[in-house]
Amino acid sequence: MTPAIKKQSGIQPRSPWSRKLDQSFIWLTRLFALAIAGVLIWIAIQVAIAAFPAIRQFGLGFLTTTTWNPVNSQYGALPMIYGTIVTSAIALLIAVPVGLGVAIFLSENYLPPKIQLAFVFLVELLAAIPSVVYGLWGIFVLIPFLRPLQQGLNTYFGWLPIFSTPPAGPGMLTAGVILSIMILPTIAAISRDALISLPSDLRQAAVGLGATRWETILMVLVPAAFSGIVGAIMLALGRAIGETMAVTMVIGNSNNISPSIFAPANTIPSLLANQFAEASGLQVAALMYAALVLFGLTLLVNILAQILVRRVQRI
Amino acid sequence: MRSETRTARQTETVLRTENLNVYYGNFLALRNINMDIHKNKITSFIGPSGCGKSTLLRCYNRLNDLIKTFRAEGKVHYNNQDLYAAHIDPVEVRRQIGMVFQRPNPFPKSIYDNITFGPRINGYKGDMDELVERSLRQAALWDEAKDKLKQSGLSLSGGQQQRLCIARAIAVQPEVILMDEPASALDPISTLRIEELLQELKQQYTIVIVTHNMQQASRVSDMTAFFNVEPTEKGGRIGYLVEYDKTEAIFQAPQEEATQQYVSGRFG
Repeated sequence: MTPAIKKQSGIQPRSPWSRKLDQSFIWLTRLFALAIAGVLIWIAIQVAIAAFPAIRQFGLGFLTTTTWNPVNSQYGALPMIYGTIVTSAIALLIAVPVGLGVAIFLSENYLPPKIQLAFVFLVELLAAIPSVVYGLWGIFVLIPFLRPLQQGLNTYFGWLPIFSTPPAGPGMLTAGVILSIMILPTIAAISRDALISLPSDLRQAAVGLGATRWETILMVLVPAAFSGIVGAIMLALGRAIGETMAVTMVIGNSNNISPSIFAPANTIPSLLANQFAEASGLQVAALMYAALVLFGLTLLVNILAQILVRRVQRI
Repeated sequence: MRSETRTARQTETVLRTENLNVYYGNFLALRNINMDIHKNKITSFIGPSGCGKSTLLRCYNRLNDLIKTFRAEGKVHYNNQDLYAAHIDPVEVRRQIGMVFQRPNPFPKSIYDNITFGPRINGYKGDMDELVERSLRQAALWDEAKDKLKQSGLSLSGGQQQRLCIARAIAVQPEVILMDEPASALDPISTLRIEELLQELKQQYTIVIVTHNMQQASRVSDMTAFFNVEPTEKGGRIGYLVEYDKTEAIFQAPQEEATQQYVSGRFG
């Protein structure tokens, strides 16, 4: 004779309330995730619609022609695309090594913890400076500061195309340097986080095999944190490509293509900021088309970064 | 006569500590350690948690230098050289005295690159492929890994990863291999493989192993050191060496009451 199973000892069904709560939480997170994708797609579609007249008029020629003339409605964005790419490249060329150096310095135990934290805070504070302030600083401090260097390079290395124009002050180099300072905290802070979150096992393994500190950092820690560091660089590049105010103030706003980094130039965001207020008709469409190109450019950069990270991580 | 000289050679001392005191900041962690580690033997360190056995192990290859508050008093000799003398470069020490850690910690690199890392930073000029094969064979991993040398070391199972770490340590051709609970994160079968491996490795290397597992100590080691810990009034814990002898002696006829109690499982 088996005793009847007591009700309490069975597996009790959860209260319907608790289940509903779980369900609604899942739906809530789904909604938030979709909202982000939705906003992105919405913006893209709106920009594309507004750009449509220009797309119909100029087609892909918009990307390869150099005239931007509102008077006779001729629009080509190549100089701005070129200016955007060159200034961002200069910014990365400076900010990646410096930012990574800062990240390494602030992730190792070179400094007492308190001073180290103060430094971390200072680096992050760089990101809090408004871009218009960077622009002003660029005009009043950086341009005079860089002038002797630019002049020297032009005098002695002027035969190289990239130094071939006499420096005017505003130009691609100045814009690139400003951008590099603006994106430095992004690269430094996120790379540092990536380095700090590595397990201490890795360092011990390398040191235990007779690696010096530098060998440990360069051959083990930095490669292990590679995906985080690339993420940091991509975020920084996104900011550099899209930065408007500071660049407008120091780039010279000239729709030219010159091989010289001293030459005044223009970028897509700077073009938009300068012309949008007075634009009408086809010019608005052309500006929207340029915005779409900028959108595509950042997307392309992000995809390339993903491919790079995947390829490295497969090992 | 012949056997006598052989015994004499086998008990050659590789590592010797003299009056070693270890401090972390102001706290004494290890008190007055005097012991010799013999060449081509497996020496195991046993004792309750916090008795400083890992700390002592890390004194032998100066890995404790990574801890800023660490300070050692007394002497640690390696083949009659003082490891803590001012002119000794800890990097050089670690190239002679390798280490295998508690948790398998392969680099997030390919199996091949895991093994070549040490030789490469040491400026090894020989045939890398041959060295990789030899190291993996010695660590009893070659058969399992030979077809996937380009795959990540992290793609291996836990036991395989630990053997990879042993292969990586062997590849720099050290004289001594220190092992800090090398099997404690592994399943029984992987543990057995590591233990078998140790017996082969001791032909060529001197091995010091920290273990929490007393059966393991009695199975694998020639010499056993028992450490104990005593609390201080200020809340610190001081580790000290209780007894150090041949493994059979420690497990069957220990001289000290505490050793007897520990090996029979009455505390710890």
